[in-house]
Formats: sequence, structure tokens, C-alpha cells
Amino acid sequence: MDQPESTPEISLRKLKVALVGNPNSGKSTLFNALTGLNQRTGNFPGVTVDKKTGLVKLPGREGGPPFDIEFVDLPGTYSLYPKSLDEQVTFEVLCDAANPDYPDCTVVVADGSNIKRNLFLVTQLIELRRPVVLMLNMMDIMEQRGITINKEKLSAALGIPVIYSNARKKKGIAELEEVLVRPIKISDKTFFNQDPDPVMVEELKKLTPLPSSYAVWQLISNYPYFTSLGKESQKRIKQIGLDHAFDSTAFQARESMERFEVIGKLVEVCVETTDKETKSRTRKIDRVLTHPVWGYVIFLGVLFLLFQTIFFLAAFPMKWIESLFTLISHWSFAHLPQGEFSSLLVNGILAGLSGVVVFVPQIALLFAFIAILEDTGYMARVSFIMDKLMRKFGLNGKSVIPLISGVACAVPAIMSTRTISNWKERMITILVTPLMSCSARLPVYTLLISLVVPTDKKIIFFNMQGFALMIMYLIGFFAALFSAWIMKFILKAKEKSYFIMELPVYRIPKWSSVFYTIYDKVKVFLFDAGKVIIAISVILWMLSSHAPGKRFEEIDRKYAKLAGQSSPESFELAKASEKLEASYAGIIGKSIEPAIRPLGYDWKIGIALITSFAAREVFVGTMATIYSVGDKENTRSIREKMMDERDPRTGALVYSLPVALSLMIFYAFAMQCMSTLAVVYRETKNWKWPVVQFFYMGVLAYLSSFIVYHLLK
Amino acid sequence: MALLVSRLSELRIGEMAVIDSFTDPVMSLKLLEMGCTPGEKVQLIKVAPMGDPIAIAVSGYLLSLRKAEASTVLIHLVTD
Repeated sequence: MDQPESTPEISLRKLKVALVGNPNSGKSTLFNALTGLNQRTGNFPGVTVDKKTGLVKLPGREGGPPFDIEFVDLPGTYSLYPKSLDEQVTFEVLCDAANPDYPDCTVVVADGSNIKRNLFLVTQLIELRRPVVLMLNMMDIMEQRGITINKEKLSAALGIPVIYSNARKKKGIAELEEVLVRPIKISDKTFFNQDPDPVMVEELKKLTPLPSSYAVWQLISNYPYFTSLGKESQKRIKQIGLDHAFDSTAFQARESMERFEVIGKLVEVCVETTDKETKSRTRKIDRVLTHPVWGYVIFLGVLFLLFQTIFFLAAFPMKWIESLFTLISHWSFAHLPQGEFSSLLVNGILAGLSGVVVFVPQIALLFAFIAILEDTGYMARVSFIMDKLMRKFGLNGKSVIPLISGVACAVPAIMSTRTISNWKERMITILVTPLMSCSARLPVYTLLISLVVPTDKKIIFFNMQGFALMIMYLIGFFAALFSAWIMKFILKAKEKSYFIMELPVYRIPKWSSVFYTIYDKVKVFLFDAGKVIIAISVILWMLSSHAPGKRFEEIDRKYAKLAGQSSPESFELAKASEKLEASYAGIIGKSIEPAIRPLGYDWKIGIALITSFAAREVFVGTMATIYSVGDKENTRSIREKMMDERDPRTGALVYSLPVALSLMIFYAFAMQCMSTLAVVYRETKNWKWPVVQFFYMGVLAYLSSFIVYHLLK
Repeated sequence: MALLVSRLSELRIGEMAVIDSFTDPVMSLKLLEMGCTPGEKVQLIKVAPMGDPIAIAVSGYLLSLRKAEASTVLIHLVTD
């Protein structure tokens, strides 16, 4: 039945080449080596899986015209049959001819030191009767382990070109490029007994062309993933299967066992192993890294290092970026004509841009850290030692990284949940990470604690203020765990959850891979999340710097009349305060007052809640403006003003203990960070999740603040 | 050579066994594609500090899986 296409070769000048392979086989390293900085990250339609593509121009053979090759890096998989969302993408691209990324040729990257398992996928791809090339990668590990693979014998047995490679050292790349620009013969080898019932084949052929008999089995087993077919055809296929008593699970099991039997015999002929005991290096390291005591001690050390890196180390470049933008905005104000446009440009757009770029150091450092952990193989061990504990909360062992990073900043933390492949575990991690007290909450906590907690008192030997701060952090942590636990029961799993995972051999990280990861993540953040952040930033600016009707002009006139009665500084401050009150933000703040009164807040706090949406620490700046404090850095003067503030109706102190605590709890739980929401949207590719997050955290914040306020009143 | 039928989750560290069959058809597909085929030799290398998951040597590499997953694999011990 197997008819290879009429010309058993391909000779196009534009080629789509898919890179596939097992996880940990060096596929991404090869992709980087082939495409360098010509890679870009896009979207696979409808799913949250990133599509990495790269364009390469190769010289044609024998002076012929050059080739344009588009490489697509597909998610790693062990078999064509998809067992996760990632693997579904790989399946659809490789098996559905109507898929926009359907390749002309498939390059399989195999870990030569694990050849049996890797050949499983190779043989499946061969049976699809399309051009396939095998890269026997990780030559260096093969040498270390004394494994020799006879590539001529293997190539003959498989019927496809086989190339030795070491993607890290860029060995084999040139050979691959040469192979790709020549017509590639399609193999006719078969690796399991698969003659399908001709009647069934006829019925299926009516629905879609079938280039090979293996394609028949793929279609009838995996029809839900052929999205191009449409629901009607899929139902028809399901019925055909039932009519022919097709049991997909039994079939797959038989196929797998037969396939491995054939592969086993093949490997005996083509592979030689001398008895070198080099696995011992990884085993020795594992004895320490997964030790019941030292394993966790070292892990805590790693987390501590991670935290220090994104908290302290990142602070330096972040300060430079802020200074740079301050410089630019001062220059712009000086040189641009006064007016609406310059205000929009500087206070709206430039401020928004600054708010986006300032995240870059943290993102870069966090991903460099994670890339190193992944590349060395340590990340798998993190999952290994933390799985039992994290699973109780619906989280993955790898969730620890985003959670700890969230104490510095949720934005890079949420981006880093990419390492979690299970959808539900990843989703829960994304949803609860912002509950970890991020660094933006620190100024808010500090200010409010200083209002109501005395500096001199001590609890045991701890400073009371420091103790209160620590409590706030713990509250965030436990809220995150608790919320995760609840969500474990609410969120439906989209796929069967497997822990089954390879523990790769330890390796020294490839620094260029680290670099490409950083480059990619920063680019994605700047262009995808950045747009949203700037848009919201401009909106917030408009709300606080515009008022309905002529209110601003009235205020200007009023102050013009009062000019000279007080120092010019306090004069400007009072004017700014009144303007904020009169602005749209002020109006919104006042209108939500009835809703926030039960929490003990007045409309001034209401305004701050609105403006804090840009970033939590804006709370302090807004308080400074409302209370006409000039130096926004000078929290002492802000504090003094706030401490004296009294409710005009009752005469009571506004910032009493119940109010301050209620406000702190509100800031601990509420989703008040547009950048976080932007990143959640980008990572989930759906507005539903940021909205869900906003509401569940908002409800949590409101109820908790309410309870705290009324308990302490 | 002593032969005892048991489950992969019951293996002790260092013990070697041969895979016989699977009790969960769907789970078996995942294990099969990872190289855990009937007749394949496995050895328990490590247990995570909290008791779960475990790491076994199979088909030339280290595979980690939860005890619940391992319990679906029927094995017999081999003492060489």
C-alpha cells in the first residue's frame, strides 16, 4: 500500500524543516547553532506553546541558486502519540498536511548515548513516508561512555541519511546543511506489522489523503488532534474505528513493543558499547544533590542565591535605567514646547516605557539563572526532591523557582513558569505567585508599619517593626499555598498528569544557549507584555492628569489669585494636590469611597488604590501628592502628614492601627500590578486568566481587609 | 536464580528486575514509549528524600517516576 510520492525526492528552493527529538537531546542547541540570532518566537495558533522559527540562507549545490530554509523548533517528544499539550503541537505539525507549519523535511536530533529510546520517534517519522534526516548528537558523551554507532549500517537499516554531530561544538552542522540542499530519498523501511484492513483504508481515504499506511493508524488513533479536519470528519473517523473494532490503546501498546523489538535488533547490529563506567560521575553528584539533608540545604542555597541575584544584583542596572529615563524626560521637558503633547509623551508614554524597560535586568538575570539550572540538568533534580511536597498543593516541584522569584518580582517569575509542562500545575503557579510579597509592596508595608508600629518596642529580641514586616511576608506565602490548595480542586486538568521524567546526565552549561534564552525572553517580554503595560500606563496617566470640563483651569485661576501668599514650593504642591482630587482618578477614587468605607478607607486612599494599579509602590508617590509633600522620597514627612490626618466627620485618626493593617492586608492580596496582568495574558494567551486572577485576588483582599478592620476596630 | 513477582514500586535500592507487564493500559503507553518494555532490565537507583518519587536505571538512562506510577509495572526480581 505504501506509495511514496511520485518523485521520491524534494528539490525546492524554499524549504520548511522541522527539528524534533527527545527532550534533553540537544535539539535546541542545534537550533541555536543553525539559526543564531535569526530566530524569532511566535505563536502556534490557539495554544500557549511558543513557536521558535529561524531563517537560514544556504548556498545551493554546485553553484546553483541559494536555498531559503525555515527551521521550526518543535516541542520535544518521545513518540508521535501526544501525551501533553506540547506534544500535541508536535504531532499536528508533523502529521497534518493541512497544518501551516507542515514541514518539507524533518531533522530528528537523537541523543546518541540513549539511542534505543531515541530511535522510537525516528522510526515513527520514517513510516510517515516523508524526508527524514537523523542527527546522532552528543558525540562527546558517546565517546565518554565508550559507545560507537556505525552510521553507515544505521543509515542502511533506517533508509535515511545519518550524521554524527556535537551541537555544542557545532560539529555536523555543515554536513546537515549539505544534505538539506540535496534531494533526500524517502525511506521505505517498516518497523512493525501494520497492514490495515483495506476496507477501513478506503473509508478513511474518502475523508483525507493518506500518504502511507502508518498515516492510517495515526489518523484513526489521533483524529481529535487533526484540527484541520473539522468535527464532522472527526466523528466519522471515530465511527469507522468503532465499526472495525479498533482499540487505540491496545494498538499503541502492540506497536510500541514490536517497534522496540525491531529497534533492539537493529541496535545490536549497529551499536557497540565498551564497558566504561562513566555514569558514575552523574551518580556521584546525585548522591549529594538528592541527599535527604544536603540535597535540601544545597537547594535552599540555590534559592537564596537566586533571590539575591534578582533582588540585589538587578537593582544596579535597574537604577541606571531609571536614571536614564529621568534624564530623557528632563531633557524632553526642557526642549519640547509646553503642552498636551509633551505631557503625553513624557508623563504618559515615556513613563510607561521606563516602567517596562526597568524589568529587563530582572528578567535577564532570572532566565540566565534558570537556563543554567536547566542546562546542567539540576532542574530535573529540583522536581525530584520537591515533588512530593508541592504536589499536595497542586503545584510542581519546579514551582518553587517562580514562587521564590515572586518575592522579588512577579513579572519574571510568571514568565519562568514555562518550565512546568503540566497545564494545571503551571496555571496554579501563575495564579498564586503574585501573592508572594513582591518588592513593590515593600515601600507600602514600610510606610504603613512606621505609622502604627512603634520603632523602639521589641518582641523577644526582634525589632517590632522588622517582625511586623516578616509577618507580612509569611502571610503572603501562606496565602499562596492555601490558594493553590483550593485551586487544586477547582481547576480541571487538561491532560493526564505524569511525573515520569528523565534525569539527564550532568553537563556544564552551554553559555551561548544561556545567552539565546535571555535574548529570546527579553524580546518576547518587551514586545508582547510591553505593549499592554504602556497602554495601561498611558490610560492611568490620562485619568490623573485630566479633569472634566474646566476644572483644571479653575484651579489654575484660583491659585493664580493666591500667588505670593506662601512659598512657591508649597504653593505648587497644594495646587497639585487639588488637581489630583479634581481629576478623573480623583473622581473615581471618591466614587468608590462607599465601597471601601467598610474597610476603613477614605477617598484619598481610594485615589491611591486606583493609581497603584500602575505599580504598587506608586501608592507612596500618590500619598505624597495628596498630602502635598514635596520630596516623594522623604517618607518621614509623608508619615507625619498621614499621622495627623483626621476624618472630617468623626474626628478620629484616619491611619489608626485597624486601618493601617487593613490596608496592608489589602496590598498583600489585591492584584494591583498592570505589568503582572500583562505578563499573565502573554503567558496564557487568553484574557480570561488575568481577569480571573484580578477578581479572585480582589475578593480575597476585600474580605480579608474587611475582617481585619472590623476585628481590630 | 530466585524469581519473585512484584511491582516496580516495591523494589529496594540496588535490586535488579525484569519488566513483565502493566496493570494500567493508558499509563503503560507512556512507560513503553520511554523504553520500559516487557523483557527490559531495570534497577532501582534512588528514592527521593521524602520517599517519592523513585529513580530507576532502564534502557541506558535514569528515569524518575512516582511510586503510584511505578506500581502499575509488574516485574520479577533477578538475582545475578
